Amino acid sequence: MIEVRFFAALRERVGSDRLAVSPPDSVDTVAKLVAWLEEDPNIADALEATPRRMVAVNEVLGSEDSAISEGDVVALFPPVTGG
Amino acid sequence: MKTHIEIRNGSLDSAEPSDWLRDAGLSGAQVQFAGQVRDEQGRVEALHLEYYPGMTESVLGTIVEQAGQQWHLNGAWVVHRVGTMSPGDDIVQVAVSAAHRQAAFEACAFIMDLLKTRAPFWKKELIGGYWSWVEARERDAEAAAAWLQGLSAHEPP
Repeated sequence: MIEVRFFAALRERVGSDRLAVSPPDSVDTVAKLVAWLEEDPNIADALEATPRRMVAVNEVLGSEDSAISEGDVVALFPPVTGG
Repeated sequence: MKTHIEIRNGSLDSAEPSDWLRDAGLSGAQVQFAGQVRDEQGRVEALHLEYYPGMTESVLGTIVEQAGQQWHLNGAWVVHRVGTMSPGDDIVQVAVSAAHRQAAFEACAFIMDLLKTRAPFWKKELIGGYWSWVEARERDAEAAAAWLQGLSAHEPP
């Protein structure tokens, strides 16, 4: 199982702050996970509406190329705007 | 180096960082930055900040650690507010102490510039009765990139 978390505008567009998903073993990077999630039209629309995104894997900033595996927490969010 | 990193759902006190950093003569310089809610010509009625509990604190910790590796600091304080706030309120405090002013000025600016582009916080503003998400600015990314390029230029080959 992989936990996917959404924040800010992306969370509102998806309509949920987290999903527990079990993608096939071939889904071993964030980019592949995103493509797999996009099979859900609601998530596809939300991601399309948020084209600039940041990624964190297990609370560490990463990229869409980051490797993922069973038990990871993958967060997707718009560019940060703190400070 | 002593450090204090905190996410606070409540108002910030501008005297707190300098009191906490005070070290009886060890440091000759203290620099404190406060980020405040702009009203954008009276349009912004309120600001709301969301964060990623756990990750936000750890990113701030990493940024402060990087600053400590680059400059000789005696103390670093970062407190960021979340939740709903009003124009004029303090959003963030970054304060550092060091033996000399140059390190304190630079480390304070470095921490703020990296916080702006790496720490998971998101702002929403209330304008005309409607909430909307604030977009990230390209120039913030450029400011952080300039520090990182500058730092890698100083690293031994």
